[in-house]
Amino acid sequence: MTAVARPGAIAAPVATSRIPRGFGRIGVHAGVIILMAIWLIPTIGLLVNSFRSEQDVSASGWWSALFPPWNLSLDNYASVLGEQGIGDAFVNSLFITIPSVIIPILVAAFAAYAFSWMSFPGRNLLFVAVVGLLVVPLQTTFIPILKLYAGISIHFGPVNIDTLNGEFLAVWLAHTGYGLPFAIYLLRNFMGGLPKEVFESAAIDGASPVVAFLRLALPMSVPAIAALVIFQFLFVWNDLLVALVYIGSTNAANSPLTISIANLVTSLGGNWQLLGAAAFMSMALPLLVFASLQRYFVRGITGGAVKG
Amino acid sequence: MDPRIGTALIVLVGVPAVLIGYIYGTELLLRTLPERLKPKVRPWLWLLPALAFLFVFLIYPTIGTIIRSFRDKLDESFVGFANYQQFASSDVTLTALRNNILWVIFLTLFCVGVGMLIAILVDRVRYESFAKGVIFLPLAISAVAAGVIWKFMFDYQPPGQPQTGTMNAFIGLLGVAPVPWLQNDTLALNTFALIGVMAWMWTGFAMVIISASLKSISAELLEAARVDGANEWQVFRGIVFPLLLPTIAVVSTTMIITALKAFDVVYTMTGGNFNTDVVANLMYKQISFGDFGFASAIAVVLLLAIIPIMLVNVRRFQAQEAIR
Repeated sequence: MTAVARPGAIAAPVATSRIPRGFGRIGVHAGVIILMAIWLIPTIGLLVNSFRSEQDVSASGWWSALFPPWNLSLDNYASVLGEQGIGDAFVNSLFITIPSVIIPILVAAFAAYAFSWMSFPGRNLLFVAVVGLLVVPLQTTFIPILKLYAGISIHFGPVNIDTLNGEFLAVWLAHTGYGLPFAIYLLRNFMGGLPKEVFESAAIDGASPVVAFLRLALPMSVPAIAALVIFQFLFVWNDLLVALVYIGSTNAANSPLTISIANLVTSLGGNWQLLGAAAFMSMALPLLVFASLQRYFVRGITGGAVKG
Repeated sequence: MDPRIGTALIVLVGVPAVLIGYIYGTELLLRTLPERLKPKVRPWLWLLPALAFLFVFLIYPTIGTIIRSFRDKLDESFVGFANYQQFASSDVTLTALRNNILWVIFLTLFCVGVGMLIAILVDRVRYESFAKGVIFLPLAISAVAAGVIWKFMFDYQPPGQPQTGTMNAFIGLLGVAPVPWLQNDTLALNTFALIGVMAWMWTGFAMVIISASLKSISAELLEAARVDGANEWQVFRGIVFPLLLPTIAVVSTTMIITALKAFDVVYTMTGGNFNTDVVANLMYKQISFGDFGFASAIAVVLLLAIIPIMLVNVRRFQAQEAIR
């Protein structure tokens, strides 16, 4: 079984016997605290500047705002939300991310269930192929998919699409394809480890595979699904490349936060107070998700990565 | 009505309904089949959506890109290895290739080395989970946001003006003249600055996995070695490090792939200027220039670099299955 299934694998309490006698305790504390400071200072610096005025930011470093007079305000956040279009980009990011998380995980769950609890010829070979696809660089897929999308036009009722490039649907489908190998891999490893008897007795009781899947396999796989939701959410929400390729210049109105902020870096140059506010708008949701679901996230990467 | 409300409905209701509807639909379809065939057909219906996505979005395009890399800019004629010759003979691509090699070596070494150091250090303090959370946090944010954070860290003002960028202000305290971190390519300084940003993001990843593996080493074993008079370095060298090696190998493959695919940080912070370009950014630029033949050849070079790792992964997976 994978480490995903082992609750508490990470959060094991520090046994006192681990701490060696006579070890330089002060040195250890100093080392950890210095490392934490190095990791925090870059973020804190920009966060502080995102509350300062343009004059202050160009006249003195962010650290001077730690002492009175503070002169901090939310003006920069109001400005990027409105004038700089970060509010619209935030909504676009949500529209891109939600289906790009739901579709691959459900599609992968169907496949993982088949790989775990149904027998068919070529099952192992097919799964090895999925493992191989885990590391295919996205770059080798862009050009043929762009051409494929360019040939798709949908004219149905109010929908008038001449090319799929630039549409949310283009990104949903692409992220589904890209996210599937890892999702199938992780879910199959988890579902395959669920107790066999549960599914056997469900089948004896006359439950169809659909019922067994929806009522048993999915609810029992919540830890793995939660880990996957966080991964795929962070991957899609934070993605720049896929959005640039399939939405990018074709349809700027559909740009997610990452594209909008990358553009602001070019257009705003050294306006750190605005760039900082925009960056923190984009970080708010992932940090919230991460902070509340950290347990699952950590278990997921140790399970997924340690096992390959 | 705001058209976005329609999109939101599709997003929240339509998409899940279609997917759950599909899996119920398979049972309806199976009812029309004779009992004997049901278990034979059913797995393929459950696999169909996944296999279709994998084929259309990974397998078919990869084959297409390989073929496309032997054709000209506008896909009009076969040009043999001309695109690859262009790759091998241009200073721009060779610089990008050199930079990617620096990325692979130094990003991997830094993340694994520092990640292991932090894992060992935090194992000895009571605020371990908080300290880990701090180191791990940058992995949750986008490389674009990390790029903004660090572009500000590296901010440069000409000497004499107030240095508001943290790095230059800090070295100023030590009496060193300000350095244009992202522009100065002496000894690839700016590429190392970019690698540093990515290392800041990914060290937490290496740390968490190495830390999990560290916890599985029995405390009695370490204690026994200490009782026998081994010092901390000997315990690390003789027991901890050898036991961590398999985990370090896994983390390293992930870091190598991350380094090979590096894109966002370079795109956001330098755009590949000042000799900081990498292969992934080069490929994106060729797509936007419309030279699909050359872009495909660049993508194939990236694929070739990753194939050995793919084989290692498959091998490792098969070894695990054997003991399952």
